[in-house]
Amino acid sequence: MHDLSTMPLTGRLLDADAAGKGVVDLEAYEASGGYQAARQAVTGMTPAEIRELVKDANLRGRGGAGFPTGVKWGFVPMDGAAAEGHKYLVCNADEMEPGTFKDRYLMEKDPHMLIEGMIIGAWAIEADKAYVFLRGEYHEPYRQLQDAIAQARSRGYLGEGIFGTGFNLELAVHRSGGRYICGEETALLNALEGKRAQPRTKPPFPPASGAWGRPTIVNNVETLCNVPAIVTNGADWFLELGRGEDAGTKVFGVSGRVNNPGLWELPMGTPIREIIDDHAGGMQKGYRLRGILPGGASTEFLVEEHFDLPMEYATIQAAGSRMGTGTMILMDDSICPVDMSRNLQHFFAQESCGFCTPCREGLPWVEQLLLDIEEGRGQPGDLEVLDRNADFIGAPGNTFCLHATGAIEPLMSALKYFRDDFEAHISTGRCPYREA
Amino acid sequence: MPVIEVDGREFEVEQGQNLLHACLSHKLDLPYFCWHPAMGSVGACRQCAVIQYQDENDERGRLVMACMTPVADGARLSIEADHAQEFRASVIEWLMENHPHDCPVCEEGGECHLQDMTVMTGHTSRRYRGGKRTFRNQYLGPFIGHEMNRCITCYRCVRFYQDYAGGDDLQAFGSRDRMFFGRAEDGVLENEFAGNLVEVCPTGVFTDKPFSRTYTRKWDLQSAPSICAGCAVGCNTLPGERYGVLKRVHNRYHPELNGYFLCDRGRFGSGYVNAEERLRRAGARAADGVFEEIAAETAAARLAEVLSGGAVIGIGSPRASLENNLALKRLVGDENFSTGVSAAQAELDELMLSIHRAGGARIASIADVEAADTVLVLGEDVLNTAPRVALALRQAVRNLSMDMATGAGIPTWQDAGVRGHAQHARNPLLIASPAPTRIDDIASATWTAAPECIAAAGFAIAHGLNAGFAAETGGAEFDAHFVEQALTALQGAEKPLIVSGSGCASREVLEAAANIAWALAGKGKGCALLLAGAEADSMGVTLLGGGISLEGALGRLAAGEARSVIVLENDLFRRAEADVVADALDKAEHAVVLDVLESPTAERASLALPAAAITESTGTLVNYEGRAQRFYQVFEPEDPVRPAWRWLADAAIAAGRNDLRWRHVDEVTRACSEVPGLAGIADVTPSADYRTTAGMRIPRMTHRASGRTAKDAHVNVHEPKPTVDEQTPFSYSMEGLNAGQPGGLVPYVWSPGWNSNQSVFKFQQEVAGPLGDGEAGVHLIEQDEPSDLSARFRQAPRQAPAGDGLRLLPLHRVFGSDELSAFSPPIEERGAGPEVLVHPDDAAELSIEAGKGARCERLGSFAVRLDAGIPRGCAGVVVGLKNAGWQLPAFGNLTPDPDFAPKPELIARG
Repeated sequence: MHDLSTMPLTGRLLDADAAGKGVVDLEAYEASGGYQAARQAVTGMTPAEIRELVKDANLRGRGGAGFPTGVKWGFVPMDGAAAEGHKYLVCNADEMEPGTFKDRYLMEKDPHMLIEGMIIGAWAIEADKAYVFLRGEYHEPYRQLQDAIAQARSRGYLGEGIFGTGFNLELAVHRSGGRYICGEETALLNALEGKRAQPRTKPPFPPASGAWGRPTIVNNVETLCNVPAIVTNGADWFLELGRGEDAGTKVFGVSGRVNNPGLWELPMGTPIREIIDDHAGGMQKGYRLRGILPGGASTEFLVEEHFDLPMEYATIQAAGSRMGTGTMILMDDSICPVDMSRNLQHFFAQESCGFCTPCREGLPWVEQLLLDIEEGRGQPGDLEVLDRNADFIGAPGNTFCLHATGAIEPLMSALKYFRDDFEAHISTGRCPYREA
Repeated sequence: MPVIEVDGREFEVEQGQNLLHACLSHKLDLPYFCWHPAMGSVGACRQCAVIQYQDENDERGRLVMACMTPVADGARLSIEADHAQEFRASVIEWLMENHPHDCPVCEEGGECHLQDMTVMTGHTSRRYRGGKRTFRNQYLGPFIGHEMNRCITCYRCVRFYQDYAGGDDLQAFGSRDRMFFGRAEDGVLENEFAGNLVEVCPTGVFTDKPFSRTYTRKWDLQSAPSICAGCAVGCNTLPGERYGVLKRVHNRYHPELNGYFLCDRGRFGSGYVNAEERLRRAGARAADGVFEEIAAETAAARLAEVLSGGAVIGIGSPRASLENNLALKRLVGDENFSTGVSAAQAELDELMLSIHRAGGARIASIADVEAADTVLVLGEDVLNTAPRVALALRQAVRNLSMDMATGAGIPTWQDAGVRGHAQHARNPLLIASPAPTRIDDIASATWTAAPECIAAAGFAIAHGLNAGFAAETGGAEFDAHFVEQALTALQGAEKPLIVSGSGCASREVLEAAANIAWALAGKGKGCALLLAGAEADSMGVTLLGGGISLEGALGRLAAGEARSVIVLENDLFRRAEADVVADALDKAEHAVVLDVLESPTAERASLALPAAAITESTGTLVNYEGRAQRFYQVFEPEDPVRPAWRWLADAAIAAGRNDLRWRHVDEVTRACSEVPGLAGIADVTPSADYRTTAGMRIPRMTHRASGRTAKDAHVNVHEPKPTVDEQTPFSYSMEGLNAGQPGGLVPYVWSPGWNSNQSVFKFQQEVAGPLGDGEAGVHLIEQDEPSDLSARFRQAPRQAPAGDGLRLLPLHRVFGSDELSAFSPPIEERGAGPEVLVHPDDAAELSIEAGKGARCERLGSFAVRLDAGIPRGCAGVVVGLKNAGWQLPAFGNLTPDPDFAPKPELIARG
């Protein structure tokens, strides 16, 4: 049995795995204390107390931006005219960041944990409707969530009069049409409303005016999954879980040419090298690690000099990148940085919603330039054009949302750390990583 | 007022506005695409980037989008900073990746906002080496051409079409750099304001299709300020002409009326000026009854003979200018002049005038409509009778969302934020009408009923608001719930508006509307009242007045009491029963018809004289508000076509009359101003001797006009000398100065660097403010200061009239019901054929079927459309279609007509 006090997110599902069960079912979930936190929160705590607790626990958003969850919840109007009517809690389960698959794992294996987190989150802001905005391709999580929601409803954890109180909550799963931009919280809300998945301007911020113009909180799956254990064990416990200044555990992931790619729940602040070497089994024989995208495709490369840094928000940011989703993509010495950049830009250009000019038109140009360079058609001056585009597209505020900013982050850092590779492509008129 | 500093200069700016609006209001050149003065900001194009500095020590600053950034007192900005300029040039370079550079063959070339902004940013050579994306274009109907490859994805089209005009068949499809703006499938754009896409699109994606067919560059168009004669609203237009052909009509900004937008009747309805049906030669009926062309001098002499031969009946027209009507009235004398509308319509016209004169309720401009917070529409289908009003109602119901946004700290210009926050929240709009309308989708309550029932409900509402108003409703049934909803809404209103008109041909409905407005006014609420008149100069001829009714005039001819009649720009078969008209015209010894188009009336004339159309003449029209507005000759018609007043005045002189010795239209206008009630019209715009500051005329042609061409080279290699215009302050050349004049004298908008219609801001006092100096028309109706409720209507509406068969109610259609625009080929193509709307249960009883034909004894055959919104026992008959002299309401029986061939569906592409 795993210790839920050190592995609150994955302890149960690893037990279930060990027991040969694919998923933590309701019985197993309840047997290990499941839904007690929700009961405790709804029957014994005020919404304000929960918001304070989560703020004190320093739970930060696990979707990439790392915004303090309790602070975000605190923006929701709780009295006066603005608080009258519907409020919404939306779980952002549109996990489309390349290299990231942590939310899928949690939903597939332990759906009740998310539901319980959403019950508590909804109560914290007195939301009466909650949605899981689920990536369209996540068929298995959809099935598991649907089953789990039905079970939870049958136990009275969802619906009217939850735990015998006056608290009502409806929870529904909305399957996305399948666009990366739906992971942007305001584009997600537009999509949820049945509109084009374009981001919205702020203000208004969703906590004041979100889904259907009502106060709305959007939280990542992993973020919400952390909430029940915080209610059960308290803020201090959560603060203690982290190895450094960030609180709690984090589901870290590694993909690339390592011996044992996968996901692990580890304390916040676990060093990069430890994750790669101890948990992912180190690099496969014959491959040397050159760089990592620490938190998904939309984060800057980190290189050798950074590998001893702990994975925590401020440290990674100071190193010039972002912790993002905490699921890292590894680039070894067999991979062409130009081609990898091109591949990433292809993804981001394709996933642009098409609303603002720099993103819609700039990213395809960047992709085209990278393709030219990769295929030996690069010309002198192309890197300057790339630099300038990267500057103009990537600066926050130059584009409508942060999609293009995220897209440019790996490119800018590739141009910085692997510039020799780019120049060699242009000067030799071929990709040195390809067979002659 | 906050003060901002832009590149070292200080500007006072409007509190709460965004930086782009503020900069443009100070006439600064700042490029933009997606922002629109009437539609606000969305931040899509990123073109209006400027540098904002934190404080005076900040030398780097950061880029902000001016359209998305609120002004703040003391803000320091730079448009000219290198970084800002480079970024803006970059935006153009991005847009040019996919833009086809087909300017030489693009209709927008020369008035393209994208061209202007490209030049303004300084971007010249592009470095993108990839391919360009291409699309398949769509057939969008007879009005709009589609060339998607040119699209720069500014989203203005869908924002106008969906958000502003309420259409749902133009969408944004796809994503990334393959955004497509069009319909789900090929087909006619359904919205009645689709034509504005032509002006809203910053480049050549949506183009004016009829214009494209006989295309000319904007700089070669000759234009002058004009007024749309399509309905009583009097939208301001800029028609453009070349080589004697009217090429197109663009919006002419008016702050209180049309603003930035026209309806499609107005934009595409002027094609009649070039139509085959145009009366272009004088003709006389010879002894054998055959019509023969005669010389203009002969025609004038014949007309003089008619005048010398005793009493002549003059029949004027509500679609002719005041000047033309006055000339005829002067010529024949008051006692022999009819304004040319049926007695029934004249009664309604006079009633509307007297209601306004009684005061109490402000006469609503379109701007007032947009400002209203609660609207009750009584009996009038404004989308079809006064379309621009309907577009304004779509904005009025959004005032609540503006309030909600303000409450939530969202600037009202932040369009997406306002809409997202308010969702479907709307101000109350209650519509009672004989048939469902195409603005029912934004109504808080709708109710369809026969006019007397609507009137009864109206009286009940007025009584509910103020017990001093008539309580009894005369027995006509009404929907008590609707009345209750209206009462609740109006009692809670701060800026109520009542909309009605003569469209459903009911005196009682107008009286009920007036009573409600007065009842509200009596409660201390400023109430606005909009009464949609029937035609472009209905109010003008009502103010002018006639000594006899149309029926009286026709009767005198039929009885032989008068031997001659002069019919001015009027097809009498649309005004009175066909046999009555035919009988009167046949009995007249001389039937003189002056008109623009051939018509059944002109066919029965003994003398037909070709009259100039609105675009070919100068004069005054009085709109539904009583606002007199001047239109100017855009181009000289080919001889002998001339303004009707000129025919009449010349004939009068030839007949030895001394009282119509007019050489200039200004003299006729001054003569009009001698009529009580019309005194103000001499002040509408300056007279012909007005000159701009430099003593120059205002040019009708742009300074870029191609000038010398070879068009007449087969006749004479010498360029014809431009006519010296004695009638107006405009020149028929590119010489002169198009700046600094009063707003009513702007013949086209252009400013250095701004070749597109966007340059209008350079003519406005501030963005979306008044155009230049001077009045935007003159209000002729003097309203009393009501001291009590003495003006109220006391008589309750009658019971439903009884008759045999179905009650046939008049229905109007934007495309088809107006006489002249119906002859414009694109309108003809777009319009429905004869149509009757019947309740499904009535149809079942009568064995008539949807889509098939039905016949009505006196009216002809119709395509049947079933609509459960039509009151039982009634049928809606589309009126005013070509050559149809129907007088409704009336009773009639509908029987199946197996021979009826409905107008075929549009399947043509191109």
